[in-house]
Amino acid sequence: MPDVIPDDSVGLVTPQLQHFDQPLTLRSGRVLPQYDLMYETYGSLNSDQSNAVLICHALSGDHHAAGYHSMDDKKPGWWDTAIGPGKAIDTNRFFVVALNNLGGCSGSTGPTSINPESGEVYGPEFPILAVRDWVNSQARLADVLGIQQWAAVVGGSLGGMQVLRWSIQFPERVRHAVVIASAPKLSAQNIAFNEVARQAIAKDPDFHDGWYHKFDTIPKSGLMQARMLGHLTYLSDDAMRQKFGRDLKKGKLSYSFAPEFEVESYLHYQGEKFSTRFDANTYMLMTKALDYFDPAADFDNDLVTCLSRSQCDYLVVSFTTDWRFSPERSEEIVNALVHADKNVSYACIESDNGHDAFLLPIPRYMDIFKAYMQRVAASIPLDNAAEVTA
Amino acid sequence: MTVLRDDLAIIQQWVKPDSQILDLGCGEGSLLSYLKRHKNVRGYGLEINPEKITACIANGVNVIEQDLDKGLSNFKDNSIDTVIMTQALQAVQRPDLLLDEMLRIGDEAIVTFPNFGYWRTRFYLLLKGRMPMSETLPYNWYDTPNIHMCTFRDFEMLCREKGIRILNKTVVDDQHKEHWTIRLWPSMLGEIAVYHITRK
Repeated sequence: MPDVIPDDSVGLVTPQLQHFDQPLTLRSGRVLPQYDLMYETYGSLNSDQSNAVLICHALSGDHHAAGYHSMDDKKPGWWDTAIGPGKAIDTNRFFVVALNNLGGCSGSTGPTSINPESGEVYGPEFPILAVRDWVNSQARLADVLGIQQWAAVVGGSLGGMQVLRWSIQFPERVRHAVVIASAPKLSAQNIAFNEVARQAIAKDPDFHDGWYHKFDTIPKSGLMQARMLGHLTYLSDDAMRQKFGRDLKKGKLSYSFAPEFEVESYLHYQGEKFSTRFDANTYMLMTKALDYFDPAADFDNDLVTCLSRSQCDYLVVSFTTDWRFSPERSEEIVNALVHADKNVSYACIESDNGHDAFLLPIPRYMDIFKAYMQRVAASIPLDNAAEVTA
Repeated sequence: MTVLRDDLAIIQQWVKPDSQILDLGCGEGSLLSYLKRHKNVRGYGLEINPEKITACIANGVNVIEQDLDKGLSNFKDNSIDTVIMTQALQAVQRPDLLLDEMLRIGDEAIVTFPNFGYWRTRFYLLLKGRMPMSETLPYNWYDTPNIHMCTFRDFEMLCREKGIRILNKTVVDDQHKEHWTIRLWPSMLGEIAVYHITRK
């Protein structure tokens, strides 16, 4: 809980809900007849709507990217390290939009919402989404907010995939794309991790083929396992050694199967916390969207041709110990952009923190991010710059 | 290794307007930024120093974090008009292989490097019997990044062996200025060489 709101925080924020009546045809061919998107904004939109930045969230993120909902909040939004007055995404200059993606479980229409056609909760019948479906729905939110073109679209991991998709789906609507710790498509190993996580959920007796709400239960153990697996793939060997080593909770071995090592209780804690806040059907959907993402597939598997459509400048960032979205994957994006003759800058940040690094305030990472966003800000006419929000 | 204006002035004469440039070891991006403004070039700089990469981004230059010693295989044949490398040839592990790479990727290349045959360097070694140090070469033999020093003649021999054609060359002093005395006896009086080469 913050006793006082820090100066570099966007402060107290209130999420907003936008309803959409116009049906959305999805990549799968199915149609969402209507839907809601939950979003937050930070900073002010300037008079010619040229200072808007879209934040795309990763697997378990949501619309609450920065600031606090109340003075009782223990933690600020998930990317508070990067968004705020004077931070990399400077809310004194930019109007920042963050939303909960369709299929999410934080207020936007998803598996826990009521299906208007049946009058019952969607549950496992919620259509499986692709990254492009999110981008299409985000574009409609931009229309509502009066944003013709984003100054920048920014995201890490699965969020970075949305950024790439934006740049080729709506080339004329993106000036800058910031793609962090991402990949042009998942590897077989990565899909395999997702499938193990999904199976952990699906095989939980409380899952009931996704209809758990009818049984007034949740597949807690499955979600815990999925999150534990995910979590350890987001960390590096080094980070785990430094953080936990072989430290024991009680200082000595107990010769039982209860968690004894610190690393075990950490994973249990993370899994437990996640299983009570996150919806299992949403987790299944989000991992599927990750697996399906492969924008080059529509262009004869040629990423260069695919990215040739874009008109924006790119910043690509990776982290040395990230093995879930390794630097080599980011370099595939960079090389394709170079071959497509696009403006791109790339940095591989030294870090021990694995994939998690993209959410941490690593000084070199923040310096580069800030330098790039200042370049984005410099392209916005000064007299139209947003006023400092109170 | 700051690129000074006279150095830039020489290089920019050899760069075609509106062309595509690759700058190996681009530092803070001052050369690319200069060429962008004066010649309307497009292009990328490669750099490994974190502070310099941030500076490039701040300067509005496309910079890619990449170690020249790990090769340039991610760049396609003949994909760049001019590949430039200022004051880095002597610091890479295999200057000969890198030259091949530069002329595989680029139609032309521009290379600058310090002349180990400069008269002061020669006299330093001759009189003191120690590895030469100067403002251009401020390091001790054991900690210098300049691991492959060569003279102008060495470089030209290498070009001949590789069938590389020298289109232009200029020799400057440590202030990167041309002077009539240097033109009289470049291999002795020139401290820094600027070569414009091609395979065509």
